[in-house]
Amino acid sequence: MSDFDFSTTLGNAFFNTPIFTASGCASSGKELAQFFPLKDIGAVVTKSIMNKPRYGRPTPRMAETPSGMLNSIGLQGPGIEAFLANDIPWLVEQNSRIIISIAGETIEEYATLARKVRSVAGISAIEVNISCPNVENRGLVFACDPDASRRVIDGVRKTIGGELPIIAKLSPDVTNLPEIAKGVVEAGADALALINTVLGMVVNLDTMRPHLGGKTGGLSGPAIKPVAVRAIYQVHAAMPEVPILGMGGVSSGRDALEFILAGASGVSVGTASFGNPHAAVDIQSELRDLLIAKGFPSLKSAIGYAHREADL
Amino acid sequence: MVKDVMSQINRSATHMRATILANKRVGQYHQIVFGIGDLVKSCRPGNFVAISVGGDSSRMILRRAFAISRVSENASFGGTMELIAAPHGSGSKWLCSQIEGSEVDIVLPLGTAFGIPTSPVNALLVGGGYGSAPLFGLAEVLKARGCKVDMLLGASTSAKIYAPMEGKRSVNSLKIYTEDGTMGELGRVTEPIKVLVEQKAIDVIYSCGPMGMLRAISELTANTDVVHQCAVEEAMACGIGICMTCVLPVKGEDGKISMLRSCIDGPVMDGSQVQWHLVGQVPEVNS
Repeated sequence: MSDFDFSTTLGNAFFNTPIFTASGCASSGKELAQFFPLKDIGAVVTKSIMNKPRYGRPTPRMAETPSGMLNSIGLQGPGIEAFLANDIPWLVEQNSRIIISIAGETIEEYATLARKVRSVAGISAIEVNISCPNVENRGLVFACDPDASRRVIDGVRKTIGGELPIIAKLSPDVTNLPEIAKGVVEAGADALALINTVLGMVVNLDTMRPHLGGKTGGLSGPAIKPVAVRAIYQVHAAMPEVPILGMGGVSSGRDALEFILAGASGVSVGTASFGNPHAAVDIQSELRDLLIAKGFPSLKSAIGYAHREADL
Repeated sequence: MVKDVMSQINRSATHMRATILANKRVGQYHQIVFGIGDLVKSCRPGNFVAISVGGDSSRMILRRAFAISRVSENASFGGTMELIAAPHGSGSKWLCSQIEGSEVDIVLPLGTAFGIPTSPVNALLVGGGYGSAPLFGLAEVLKARGCKVDMLLGASTSAKIYAPMEGKRSVNSLKIYTEDGTMGELGRVTEPIKVLVEQKAIDVIYSCGPMGMLRAISELTANTDVVHQCAVEEAMACGIGICMTCVLPVKGEDGKISMLRSCIDGPVMDGSQVQWHLVGQVPEVNS
């Protein structure tokens, strides 16, 4: 049993294990380090960082919903310079594998961020979170616009060169996800992160207005898990050679196995960590046990297994 | 400097299953006692806990935060922790319905603690509703340091006052205010504070309760020598600093406003630094 191969790859990046944090759900790692050694999971995906410091959206920023929650944080953060100076060296010291997530308001901002991340030692990959409003195009979210999605990834790829794998994080709030996925892969993405939160709203019955300060928020948690499984399955079917980092409501090893079978090469744990600070390590050991119990010799042999032809 | 602070995030936090040793109704609230063993040594007045609610098949995925009311150690139960819960929402109703002997999944202790003066001072403790819960444990600690401890409790009506008999022993005086006059004085708990501040009768105010009360006390103590340490209550998803939902605008030593997490930079904050007028807004980027 100890020869079970749990490792995975995203582009040319190698990870010992396939469970990651999800961007925006682990800050930059320090908060969770009290609960488990960060090097025990596949990688820490840091909270999406923008070029300048940012206050984010007004409170209330959160509403619990049935088997889920809405959040409206608005990418609060210290800006890339402070982040690279304060947070990354600490993560490197922990021997954690690191995926830096970036977010921008313009195509140029993504390229600027990529240039600043390019020279940082100890980074395994860069996640490009394109679920942000494009200020140059009436606030239309990049990830909902095939052309803008492609241009962001193209700009990052040209800036960063060929070494560091690019993971494009896509929104499920689109009509044709495989088409957007194909566009960003053609533009140079090595892997895809599926899915970002689903846009939602809660109306507060006391104020009789939208509850969140930002009015709309991103729905996460078990409520969106079937949406994520569907997205992973569709995109894997369209491009089986492109690795997928799956996320969306995973809170158990069984959930993670569903994602792997649907076509994910790795699985990020997000909202589950809010309810259980040990979620990532718990899910990782449950997934390992399940894969072994199902008779898979390796994690890789289970990726996309749900797509196999009907048994004769 | 920054590095030192950061490495201490959640430094005492432990994720465990704790047994409920007692669950008693007190007025509109429940006083719930948990066995937490040696962790009592890490719990300070002001700290809070995060409890998983609803059981394994619950559709409630987020923990509920409760201020620690007090901790104690005794021969028969070991280390125990008490908290006060109001059965308002589905999560707190579930917790209040748990019987003695039940186990709950809990993370503790979390957040900042009330600063305790090194020499005896005149302390005023102000609680709104069941916000008084952590003040009784604090009163015991302050008394042991030789402080004079006066307490003001307020609520809309008598049933919402939490003031257990045993708690009254740890204060020099206790005054109650209700907005409908059903208990104590008619009026708001903030009313006597102006005079006490003017008379220089108090050195430090410790407060816990609704945001409006904390803001009012901060305004009464602004530009005075009175220190105001308040425990804030903002909606939290995680309680451990990773979700960024529970932020408040706070002015730092350098005059810059930051959106600080009330779970790890709070719940106890310096009331004079919280930018109460900006709560629910986004500060100007240039300020």
